[in-house]
Amino acid sequence: MDQLAAKEANNATLAPADVLAPIQEMVRACIQCGTCTASCPNEFAMDHTPRKLWRLVLMGLKDQIFQSKTFALCSNCYCCTLRCPRGLPLTEAMSALKQIAARQNLAKYRQSTLFYKNFLQSVRRHGRVNEMEFMAFYFAALRSVVIPLRFAPLGVTLMRKGKVSVAIPLNARRPLESIFRNVEALEDTI
Amino acid sequence: MKYHYYPGCSLEGTAREYDLSTRAVMGSMGAQLMEIEDWSCCGASAAESTSYLLSLALPARNLAIAEKQGDVRDILVPCSACYLNLKKVEEKTRREPELFDNLNHILRDDQLQLNGRAHVRHLLDVMAKDLGADTIRRRVKKSFQNFRMAPYYGCQCLRPYAVFDDPEKPRSMEPLIEATGAQIQAWNLGGKCCGASHMNTDMDVSLELVTAILRGAKGADAIITVCPMCQMNLEAYQQKIIRRHNEDLRITVLYLPQLIGLALGLSEQDLGLELNLSVTKRFQEMLHIQKTVSK
Repeated sequence: MDQLAAKEANNATLAPADVLAPIQEMVRACIQCGTCTASCPNEFAMDHTPRKLWRLVLMGLKDQIFQSKTFALCSNCYCCTLRCPRGLPLTEAMSALKQIAARQNLAKYRQSTLFYKNFLQSVRRHGRVNEMEFMAFYFAALRSVVIPLRFAPLGVTLMRKGKVSVAIPLNARRPLESIFRNVEALEDTI
Repeated sequence: MKYHYYPGCSLEGTAREYDLSTRAVMGSMGAQLMEIEDWSCCGASAAESTSYLLSLALPARNLAIAEKQGDVRDILVPCSACYLNLKKVEEKTRREPELFDNLNHILRDDQLQLNGRAHVRHLLDVMAKDLGADTIRRRVKKSFQNFRMAPYYGCQCLRPYAVFDDPEKPRSMEPLIEATGAQIQAWNLGGKCCGASHMNTDMDVSLELVTAILRGAKGADAIITVCPMCQMNLEAYQQKIIRRHNEDLRITVLYLPQLIGLALGLSEQDLGLELNLSVTKRFQEMLHIQKTVSK
């Protein structure tokens, strides 16, 4: 118990509590029933169960939350959201945690953050995602030799089928530039 | 039947056959699709995982363009991930009208305005309700009577918004598949997650989910999908899974409009069948000895 209290105190000083505040609001009414855990297809690969994660969120234990892979493993299937007897937006709460990890570039979530960011950079450049270009940038950013190899046979098949193109589209127009900029500006004020 | 049409990025690339077969089937049934001009990415799972506001702004742009394009309200979306992202804006702005201010502020430089008129609809919804199984049955030229199909819905056309089917026990695909003469594989994995984009970031976790789905489909001649990400996950990693488990899990995976199109007598070429990654030899042979329905 003392250990827990010490941990909480430690958290309170280390973590700006307001980062978690909107998420605490989302799961405030959680009764710890575990329906989310029982419904989650990825629970087998998680370190903390979803149920426990919501408790950690409510307790403000930021360090434990952001050392856990649980929220990063949420695949947005919405089973927990559908079944939560309290009607809580649990999938959105998972996304909100992913957003913090991405904004703060936390090393633990490097691979998924690089995936999302490279995807969005391709979208920002062209208006639509160019699957080949985006995967190439993603692999380059990962600086891993092993990971791209796992996708190489599929890449070859897709190219042979003409489903992905090696030609990078030229779209100097950047049709989404103002939307991206306006979102960033608005987020800075929130 | 007139719809705005939002293909989404996958349908221009890895899911081209979903676009081809959707257009071919809808066209042959007398529906008119008006592609949203200069449509852009819906944000996929990437926007949602990095910025809440961006995850609404990207789909909102497409809804606003559709609204500007005329009186038709319905937007037809074949990709489940695109569908949910677009639907979310429709649902959220209806429940929280104050969102319009932020979104229209973001869209103002593009001279676009969102008014909440757009009605986002998944292809499965449109095929089940607007086309209807009975109409399809009457037009079937090639019967699939010797086939058994496993309907696979995935997640995002069912959840979180229960719009056209039971999100726990989905069945909307069954009458459509039965209209082709095929039987339904009884299974309970039709609404189970395939891992979605985790295949790119946590491959081993996704492979587990896909393995369970492929095992559940054993005995069926094909899995029928309504989402490019489900389709890719179920068809593209079969060899890897077979090697890993030393178990024959090869199975044909088709998009729903490809199956319906074949039954309607459209050509394999028009439906992009050569673009699929896992049409088995056995399935191809079955296709070639299919019976023509006599009227």
